[in-house]
Amino acid sequence: MPSGIGESVPRPDGNLKVSGEFAYSSDLWLEGMLWGATLRSPHPSAWIRSMDVGPALAMPGVFAVLTHEDVPGERFYGLEHRDQPVLAIDQVRYQGEPVAIVAADHPETARRAAAAIVVDYEVRPAVTDPRRAAFDLSCPAVHPGGNLVRHQPVRVGSTFAAEVVVTGEYEVGMQDQAFLGPESGLAVPAEDGGVDLFVATQWLHVDQGQVAPCLGLPPEKVRLTLAGVGGAFGAREDLSMQVHASMLALRTGRPVKMVYGREESFFGHVHRHPARMRYEHGATADGRLVYVRAEILLDGGAYCSSTLAVVGNAASLGVGPYEVDNVWIDAYGVYTNNPPCGAMRGFGAVQACYAYESQMDRLAAACGLSPVEIRVRNAVSQGSRLATGQLIDSPAPLAEMLTELAAMPLPTDPAGAGMDGAGPDLRLLPGGVAQATRGEGVRRGVGYGVGIKNICFSEGFDDYSTARVRIEAAGDEPHVLVRTAAAEVGQGLVTVQAQIARTELGVERVTVAPADTGVGSAGSSSASRQSYVTGGAVRAACVAVRERLGALRAAHPELSLVEVLERCGPVEETREFRHRPTFPMDPVTGQGNSHTQLALCVHRAVVDVDVDLGLVRVVELAAVQDVGKILNPLALEGQIHGGSAQGLGLALMEEIQVREGRVLNPSFTDYLIPTILDMPPMRLSILENPDPHAPYGLRGAGEPPTLSSTPAVAAAVRAATGLDLPRVPIRPEDIALVPASRP
Amino acid sequence: MDFLRPRTWAEALDLKAARPEATPIQGGTDVMVEINLDKGRPAALLDLTPIPELREWSREGDVIRLGAGVTYSRLIGELEARLPGLAQASRTVGSPQIRNRGTVAGNLGAASPAGDSHPPLLACDAVVEAESVRGARLIPIGEFYTGVKRNALAPDELIRAVRVPVARGPQYFSKIGTRNAMVIAVCSFSIALHAAERRVGTGVGSAAPTPRRAVAAEEFAAARLDWRGRSPLDPDVAGRFGELVAGAAAPIDDVRGRAAYRTHALAVLARRALGWAWADFRAGTGADSSAGSGGGDDRGSQ
Ligand SMILES: Cc1cc2nc3c(=O)[nH]c(=O)nc-3n(C[C@H](O)[C@H](O)[C@H](O)COP(=O)(O)OP(=O)(O)OC[C@H]3O[C@@H](n4cnc5c(N)ncnc54)[C@H](O)[C@@H]3O)c2cc1C
Repeated sequence: MPSGIGESVPRPDGNLKVSGEFAYSSDLWLEGMLWGATLRSPHPSAWIRSMDVGPALAMPGVFAVLTHEDVPGERFYGLEHRDQPVLAIDQVRYQGEPVAIVAADHPETARRAAAAIVVDYEVRPAVTDPRRAAFDLSCPAVHPGGNLVRHQPVRVGSTFAAEVVVTGEYEVGMQDQAFLGPESGLAVPAEDGGVDLFVATQWLHVDQGQVAPCLGLPPEKVRLTLAGVGGAFGAREDLSMQVHASMLALRTGRPVKMVYGREESFFGHVHRHPARMRYEHGATADGRLVYVRAEILLDGGAYCSSTLAVVGNAASLGVGPYEVDNVWIDAYGVYTNNPPCGAMRGFGAVQACYAYESQMDRLAAACGLSPVEIRVRNAVSQGSRLATGQLIDSPAPLAEMLTELAAMPLPTDPAGAGMDGAGPDLRLLPGGVAQATRGEGVRRGVGYGVGIKNICFSEGFDDYSTARVRIEAAGDEPHVLVRTAAAEVGQGLVTVQAQIARTELGVERVTVAPADTGVGSAGSSSASRQSYVTGGAVRAACVAVRERLGALRAAHPELSLVEVLERCGPVEETREFRHRPTFPMDPVTGQGNSHTQLALCVHRAVVDVDVDLGLVRVVELAAVQDVGKILNPLALEGQIHGGSAQGLGLALMEEIQVREGRVLNPSFTDYLIPTILDMPPMRLSILENPDPHAPYGLRGAGEPPTLSSTPAVAAAVRAATGLDLPRVPIRPEDIALVPASRP
Repeated sequence: MDFLRPRTWAEALDLKAARPEATPIQGGTDVMVEINLDKGRPAALLDLTPIPELREWSREGDVIRLGAGVTYSRLIGELEARLPGLAQASRTVGSPQIRNRGTVAGNLGAASPAGDSHPPLLACDAVVEAESVRGARLIPIGEFYTGVKRNALAPDELIRAVRVPVARGPQYFSKIGTRNAMVIAVCSFSIALHAAERRVGTGVGSAAPTPRRAVAAEEFAAARLDWRGRSPLDPDVAGRFGELVAGAAAPIDDVRGRAAYRTHALAVLARRALGWAWADFRAGTGADSSAGSGGGDDRGSQ
């Protein structure tokens, strides 16, 4: 089928986006609408003694000023645990926590009014050390139940001694999703007393399920429609302005728009959990793993968000895709007064991957093996068991992937290449045209990284999607309409849904309707799950439509498809699709079939490092990923490039710097993400070993490259410098200021 | 907020005299960001973009007079041979979009210690041409920077142009950033060999409250370089030069880097830059005296 699955069908929104015409949620506009603004806490931890909204209300143009006392329904919300107040109640737990909201007839008036609210804070000491929060009983509690959100052990075997033992302590900084479209949306009060909310989000129904109770409304009175999403990467799983804009709209009877500014956005969404990890690997002299011990400490910040699932991923995947018979893992997620952390591409697995891969390199060195060989010797394959005891029951050809990766040609140009008569091409050197070097001090390094990520929601979550497919005659052609609530966040699902319908129904003209809550939940656009689950639902609905069509056509063999549709009317079917069930991890041993699908990606990084200045240029990234079945080659490569870039960013530059609970760099001036001159060309090999349990045999693909690129880049920098570099992002000073340990 | 739009330079000076609190705006790449970030709202904006003569540069003897409205992109395209240090610095500013709008005068107006044009202006002995209804005056660059984001302009003064001597020897600019493009300097350094005078000019950026010269390093190098014999650079001299440049800095720890790293990096940058400049001088390549008198246009406008 042309434009069916397997084809590089272009995105419907691609041209609009590159030409600046795409309407993002921040572009929403309605006649007579008001603008909302949020007053946020300047303190990471304080009591609110009193609040005076009078000066704000007195300002001309201000229509409403609301505090927690004005929340119509439930005053708390949360993804996994409803611990987060809609507006602060007598206490703030992080810098940037919403305290009051304002609606005014101009955005600047709204901001000025918010600033005019007088809040009397009694500043309290902030809990900022996650280790203290986890283990020190004298540490103040951020929430009444204590600071431990989840402790998940994994216990397998009893042999914790070996010929070769390597240990390490690793740290991962707080990464941000750094989407470009700030949190924004428009709430429109409806005649039935409800609200219509147009918003950029990742999961319409989980928003609805949290917003409606806070507004004191039944779910059917809170209708959500997806507005143009400018990137997500996990940061839009939690609520931001949804309840606030709706409260203001219901109070004023006017549409209310809210758009966070760039700086505000850094306080308006969760970040990636920073992690501190201790690992001990024991192996035989020939490099076969005997045991792994690990302590993984994840700082969840002030509210729970996705911390429970992040801990589950870190624990269950904490040894990586390696066979090992003895495992002792303790993964902890804690509350602190640091910024709240939650979902970000690859969560839990990203942090652990950096540590276990760093350990594998240490082990390789200790055993005198190459980084590839140590990984091949211990690689899982179909039939292996994870540390949780779960059987890997679909292809997992890690050793073959590594062998293929290692066989790819290396860049041949030497470090500091591009020399000609006019001098070096500075863009090919660390530091680029800033000309920190013209070749001096530049050394090359090569490193490998391997990662394993669970696809779809795990640990017993009822994970499903819903699709409605309708075929009708339009003009003298059949036309198919696909409707789901699945959020297109840039990943390309909207294209894939249409491709599936074309393939299943053999119809060229397919429209994907805007996503809204008028159809059942599609689940979240996260966990690399939408092609699998919503793709599965679209396929199931198409199959149901096809079966009914088949019966109709059998009854009217003389008629064409269009004639059948004209005679019998449109055919519509709605289907829910579920993946195989998963199960909780045992709270003591961590055992259980907690995941439904696992995906592998392997990376090789080649870097040039200016060892005197600590500047790095990644020369090449190569990757091999098994996706089971390629639905759209162009979109898939984009996902692998993007995921790899995000992992490169974590390795070299991306960090929200937090001191005493305060964010030091809430801007794109100082929160650096890779530019086109930082992200090298990629060499890709994409494998298609089908997973028999998944639609079309596909395997979720968005997250795995984000795992393995970070340790690969870090390993390459280590190879170039001879340094340990136990922390990412690697800062220039980590390289340049420690020359003593360099060989 | 008032938006003032003079048509002529004289009108601009009148408006600035009448409204000294008005914020001049040229490329707007600093001013608009501040406004968008809500960091203080100016009472008035004085838009200088309509004034044609600000967009011109001209050669006056051995000096390029760079109008306040000449963008980085044009500077790179039209003046690279004659002002190589400033052109190299311009090439590192922001992204193409920023270079298409941003100006050296705006960099001076903002007077950020991290501004990239400052080190080459210091190394090249530039002079800022300031003007008000009271008249024009020439401010040597070394007297222009008075504090963090403060400069020597009087409230009624505007920058008319920057006068930068045509290169009489090799010049280099280097900066440290944590990514390979579009980054604010962690620290930066510029060197200019004034061969005819056997003098070395330097400029240090992002490593003190203001951009500054490294005077002791300049004097040391001027005395120790073999100007006449053009013998190879003694590595010890290069190393000592680096140390002296680093010693001239007074860096702080901040979100972009630690003071200790800045000091270390400056020493490396300065050592390397002296090596490149000296190698060019010995080889007779790079901008040297021939470029000073040589071809190219004598003016440019847009
Ligand atoms: C994304 C981005 C990246 C950037 N990257 C860099 C970088 O890498 N390096 C760097 O140095 N800078 C950088 N900047 C800052 C900025 O681009 C530069 O400082 C630029 O030189 C400012 O020039 P402008 O013409 O846009 O100034 P404007 O914004 O118009 O003005 C800047 C200041 O100068 C004053 N001013 C302007 N013209 C005059 C005049 N004729 N007389 C008196 N005062 C005047 C203004 O009142 C204001 O205070 C960046 C900015 C952005 C937004």
